[in-house]
Amino acid sequence: MDHLRPDLAVIARHIAPGTRALDVGCGEGELMEALQREKGVVARGMEIDSELVERAMSRGLSVVQGDADRDLANYPDEAFDYAILSQTLQTAERPDLMLEQLLRVGRRAFVSFPNFAYWRMRFSLLFHGRMPVVRHLPVSWYETQNIHHVTVEDFRLMLAEKGVTVERSWFFANGREIDGGNTNWRAEHAVYQLIR
Amino acid sequence: MATLALETGSLTLPEPLPLDSGRVLDQVTIAYETIGTLNPDKSNAILVFHALTGDQYVAKRHPITGKPGWWDRMIGPGKPIDTQRHHVICANVIGSCMGSTGPASTADDAKPYAMRFPVITIRDMVRAQVALLDALGITSLHAVVGGSMGGMQALSLAANFPDRARRVLAIATTARHSAQNIAFHEVGRQAIMADPNWKDGQYYGSRRTPDKGLAVARMAAHITYLSEAGLTDKFGRRLQDRPDGTKGAKSFGFDADFQVESYLRHQGLSFTDRFDANSYLYITRAMDYFDLAEEHGGRLADAFAGTKARFCLVSFDTDWLYPTSDARAVVHALNAAAAEVSFVELSAPFGHDSFLLDVPALDRVVRGFLG
Repeated sequence: MDHLRPDLAVIARHIAPGTRALDVGCGEGELMEALQREKGVVARGMEIDSELVERAMSRGLSVVQGDADRDLANYPDEAFDYAILSQTLQTAERPDLMLEQLLRVGRRAFVSFPNFAYWRMRFSLLFHGRMPVVRHLPVSWYETQNIHHVTVEDFRLMLAEKGVTVERSWFFANGREIDGGNTNWRAEHAVYQLIR
Repeated sequence: MATLALETGSLTLPEPLPLDSGRVLDQVTIAYETIGTLNPDKSNAILVFHALTGDQYVAKRHPITGKPGWWDRMIGPGKPIDTQRHHVICANVIGSCMGSTGPASTADDAKPYAMRFPVITIRDMVRAQVALLDALGITSLHAVVGGSMGGMQALSLAANFPDRARRVLAIATTARHSAQNIAFHEVGRQAIMADPNWKDGQYYGSRRTPDKGLAVARMAAHITYLSEAGLTDKFGRRLQDRPDGTKGAKSFGFDADFQVESYLRHQGLSFTDRFDANSYLYITRAMDYFDLAEEHGGRLADAFAGTKARFCLVSFDTDWLYPTSDARAVVHALNAAAAEVSFVELSAPFGHDSFLLDVPALDRVVRGFLG
């Protein structure tokens, strides 16, 4: 699973073999394919972009073209052992409601997101007075899909408010995992393993 | 190139066929074609369902029109439905007119059924084909595949005979006919019945057949198979060249001035060479009656409860006959039934007919799904 993006690799490592997983925003299905092949996971996907769905389906994966803001509601409770939302939370219409849906259709959820309080982002806004365009978020404010900018601290507070338990968390900077100190300042990306 | 192992078959079902109407159809003949070799454990068969005016000539030259099979681009050696690996079966639906029992077939009194033929449903068509599979000794299909009315049959088989197919591929289709779908069909039926040659359906053996009515029905239906953008691209407002050699001038009469008129007239007329007007009435009726949820207590998810099959739904962005919202309704029901399902809306300019035409993305999806 070394070929996967670091946040996907950490998710893949912590999914138990032979379980059922729904990858929300699965793209071309790289994570799904790795989970099926290496862990015998029954993997399903949801993706909004028709071309990515077509590519995933061409690989023989079970992917539904759909909008996670609406279509998660069609799945029954606890249909999956895991619901995975990687780098998509910040694009949701209502990230709080999406999190609730994830923890309804999945017994557990993995959520990864870019941390907007990463120090480079803070410096960019502080010194240049402009919305940050950085390596891991390379798109200008007017064309970004990220409509709900979230920080590690914001996310923790939302989990506390909703009574969601953090089972594990991982943080990344410069494409590498970092230790857990002062992560709201130091992490580019965060990954959480959550349970209701 | 490997030669296609094409086989033509026709089989009379050993048992009478019970119908949704409560009637029973005796001595049912099913005409079918197969391509590719059935493996020893009979596990590699794919049943392809045809659409309203389709037939069993799925990948074989049509005996009347001389044209290649209607899904020749999809089915063959190395093609997305690969006949080097799979045994493809395609049967003419009951009610049709290409060899399976329909209104033109002979009843007990040695006369054609005509309108004495019982009204059939999509599920009846499926029952007949399941009986064919029984006769062929095929208990579990690798897949069922169909577009349009073929997709309805695929969904109906999945709902009513859940153990018969391991994969269900339904393209450009719906789980129920909408008021608009029924309305278009009614226009076609009324056109046929308004033709003085129809004679309450008793035109068999006469030289006067309701071709004008059938042609108008086909013309109206054909418009629904295309997209507005497709028609505009193909014809726009361009005028026909006139018989006297005048180029692109209006006749100030009611000849086919516009190219699109000429095209539709040709489509209508050539259709009457290969299709029976009464079959058109019966099959459109079957489609109009189709409502998979209604058959299963009103909730579509219940139609698929406990299914073990893998499903794949495909819609096209320019198909306004069975729009993406129809496919999504099926997908949502399958999700609610915790079934394994894939769905994609492909972009193609050809409207409903996209499933029959050159859409490379469809080829890739079909290949990926059938494995």
